Amino acid sequence: MTRAFSGKPAGDLTVSALVRDELVADDVRIHPETLQAQAAVAERHDNPQLAENFRRAAELTAFAEDEILSLYEALRPRRSTAAELAELADGLAARGASLCAALVREAAAAYGRRGLLR
Amino acid sequence: MKREAVGRIRFMDQQRVNLDGFAVEEPALGLVALHSPADPAPSLRVVDGMVAELDGKARGEFDTIDSYIAAHGIDLAVAGEAMALDDVAAARLFVDPAVPRAEVVRLVAGMTPAKLAGVVALLRPAELMMAMTKLRARRTPSNQAHVTNLLDDPLLLAADAATAAAYGFRELETTVPVLADAPSNAVAVTVGAAVGAPGVLVQCAVEEAMELEMGMRGLVSYAETVSLYGTEEVFVDGDDTPWSKAFLTSGYASRGIKMRVSSGAGAEVLMAGAEGRSMLYLESRCVSLARAIGAQGVQNGGIDGASVAAAVPRGVRELMAENVMVMARNLESCSGNDALMSESHVRRTSRTLPILLAGSDYICSGFGSIQRYDNMFGPSNWNAEDIDDWLAMQRDWGVDGGLRTADPESLRELRGRAVEAVRDVYRALGLGDFTDEQLARAVDAAGSKDLVPTDALAVLDAAQTIRAAGLTSLDIARALHESGHDEAAERVLAMTVARVHGDHLQTAAIFDEDMRVLSLVTDPNEYAGPGTGYEPSAARQAEIDGVRQARGVEDLRVAQAALAGDRLAPAGPATFGTDPREVVIGVSPGVGRAVWRTLSGLLVVDVLRELLDGLEEEGCLARIVRVNSTIDLGMVGLTAARLAGSGIGIGLQGKGTALIHRRDLPPLANLELYSMAPTLTADMYRRLGTNAGRHAKGATPVPVRNPYTDEAIEARYHTSVIALIVLERDCADPAAAPEDLTFSEEQP
Repeated sequence: MTRAFSGKPAGDLTVSALVRDELVADDVRIHPETLQAQAAVAERHDNPQLAENFRRAAELTAFAEDEILSLYEALRPRRSTAAELAELADGLAARGASLCAALVREAAAAYGRRGLLR
Repeated sequence: MKREAVGRIRFMDQQRVNLDGFAVEEPALGLVALHSPADPAPSLRVVDGMVAELDGKARGEFDTIDSYIAAHGIDLAVAGEAMALDDVAAARLFVDPAVPRAEVVRLVAGMTPAKLAGVVALLRPAELMMAMTKLRARRTPSNQAHVTNLLDDPLLLAADAATAAAYGFRELETTVPVLADAPSNAVAVTVGAAVGAPGVLVQCAVEEAMELEMGMRGLVSYAETVSLYGTEEVFVDGDDTPWSKAFLTSGYASRGIKMRVSSGAGAEVLMAGAEGRSMLYLESRCVSLARAIGAQGVQNGGIDGASVAAAVPRGVRELMAENVMVMARNLESCSGNDALMSESHVRRTSRTLPILLAGSDYICSGFGSIQRYDNMFGPSNWNAEDIDDWLAMQRDWGVDGGLRTADPESLRELRGRAVEAVRDVYRALGLGDFTDEQLARAVDAAGSKDLVPTDALAVLDAAQTIRAAGLTSLDIARALHESGHDEAAERVLAMTVARVHGDHLQTAAIFDEDMRVLSLVTDPNEYAGPGTGYEPSAARQAEIDGVRQARGVEDLRVAQAALAGDRLAPAGPATFGTDPREVVIGVSPGVGRAVWRTLSGLLVVDVLRELLDGLEEEGCLARIVRVNSTIDLGMVGLTAARLAGSGIGIGLQGKGTALIHRRDLPPLANLELYSMAPTLTADMYRRLGTNAGRHAKGATPVPVRNPYTDEAIEARYHTSVIALIVLERDCADPAAAPEDLTFSEEQP
């Protein structure tokens, strides 16, 4: 049985639960294990890059919406210095988001070469 | 001095196609479709498991797009094999039905952007169609609609979203003329879609960060406005990098939200940043990058730049080639046919038809389901006025273009439920209120010009409240349930809960109306030639075939019977007349029994009145005889002539076709013939009567000419003609003798 981010079984996500005020936002969020399982499906269907995206997404389930929005903002052109990106990558790694951390480090290197750092 | 062109050219200059711009190829500006001298030759050099050279560029010269593709976008395990393939041999793999899709996907994963562009450029139009038929990810084709309006009116958005869902669109895309209105539009379209059908995906195209925020709240269920560009300069001008887009892609997936990226020819040209490359090569870079960042799909085929591509030679072919590259990279294709690319109905149909016939994951990445003037993306290649055309084209070719006929009877009720649901949700969540008059106008409106003027600030207020209060799809579902819209509440919640499962994050996913996910995984396209691949189910075929305008013989029989009267009555067997002034009007077997109205709309009795008046003007005696043995007009007229004392007869079929006959002529000859029944007028029938009278008196009248029309008159009437013939034949009896009919005047 698929579980929501909160741990609630997907079968419990009903209108009657909703009107009893038993559903909160985390009950309708995807669980990282589900994203890992979807990654395995994508891998089997000849799209390792999609699988990699789902694995990064699994890491990001632990991050709040505004954190995700500000990480995205930091990766846009000329928003961050090399040091800031390095710090963001360390922060991601420290919270178990090693794939996302690697993505940020790779971006920092490319931005340095192409003049896209702040 | 230049002389004025001849009339033929002046006439041609006035045609709609000449409103379009046609550009001379200018490779330096990127105004070139398939090949530019500046396109690199394909190359790939791998050193120690790393790409050291990509399409003629050494690692040290890579721009950000090259770097990302080199690091993530190429399957190095097959690259050697794929890059060594001869281009023609590779192109044949795309087309050959005996080569499985999976084999093409495997090899293309090892191709560089320049390699794939070179291969796809070899495909001619029919080959592109074969490639699309075989390579698209999902077996079942589908379609996407734009639902927007000038005023961001929530009631009309909801009514139109419900309508689009009823017509079969599985994705609805809205946007805003006023950015801050976006949350209100998202809520209105989500509610309307849920009233219309289960499982409809909804998107609100706005700036990247705002779109993500609305997605996370569940106010929309997919994202598409995540733009990629083929050159670094334009990419950065778009305020993103491959890494920011990759991160954004994962951000969406982290909340279980479906997304695809958007690219397409012309964008770089319009931003003067094409670097002299061809449109196909630049788009190949976008498609490689889309795969590399882990997006499941791409909207391309020249989206906003479609008319730029269409302005150059082979541009429309390039647009379709873009979609095929997406499919070959094992991604979902949302295949353009979006922005209006021509003022010419012929050209815009030509641009879309091959894709409709081949089938795509989404044939249009925005069929404008609303009025052109209400389309806030700009007019689409297909708009509200074209929905019946699209349904007819599906039916003509027996293909699934994703649409079905919405029952006209139930549409009023459906739109009514949609606007009530929005009113109740806005009321319950403190977003605003609407009057009954506003609701009624939105239900009936063909577009926003039919609405009561709305208060623009009210929409803005609603949007700000949605954002400030952090309302989510759970709040919407609850409000729907509490106001009695149980079914819509279930559907909004179901779309929210789908995120927990994430099955729709896989490639090319849609929901069917039973909330089953159809995707590359669950509904794979396995086309391998005739007899394989997608075929509509019997139920779906019936939807495709059953356009609302279709009429059968029974429909016509009922329509004719409703006009039945008693002004013609049998009066015994017809005998031979002896008075030399007598002209007989022979009518066909169905007249006075089953056929009451002619194709011109005149009643048969009114036609007879005109004929009788014409004969009377000439001092002739007239008699009406029903010829029961044949439905052939020549024989009806000849029989009448032989019964007439003058030897002159008029033949009249129930559908209105008429002639003048003489008893000594062969059956297929005649003196005058009115063959164009739909275009005949009362005055012409009177003149036919007059002329018949003059023939009876031995004169030679000037024949009345058939009216000429350049309209598709046969297309309009042939189905009625066939049905009328059936009604006539049912009344005919080869053994039955002609009978006199009495004609009584209309009762005042």
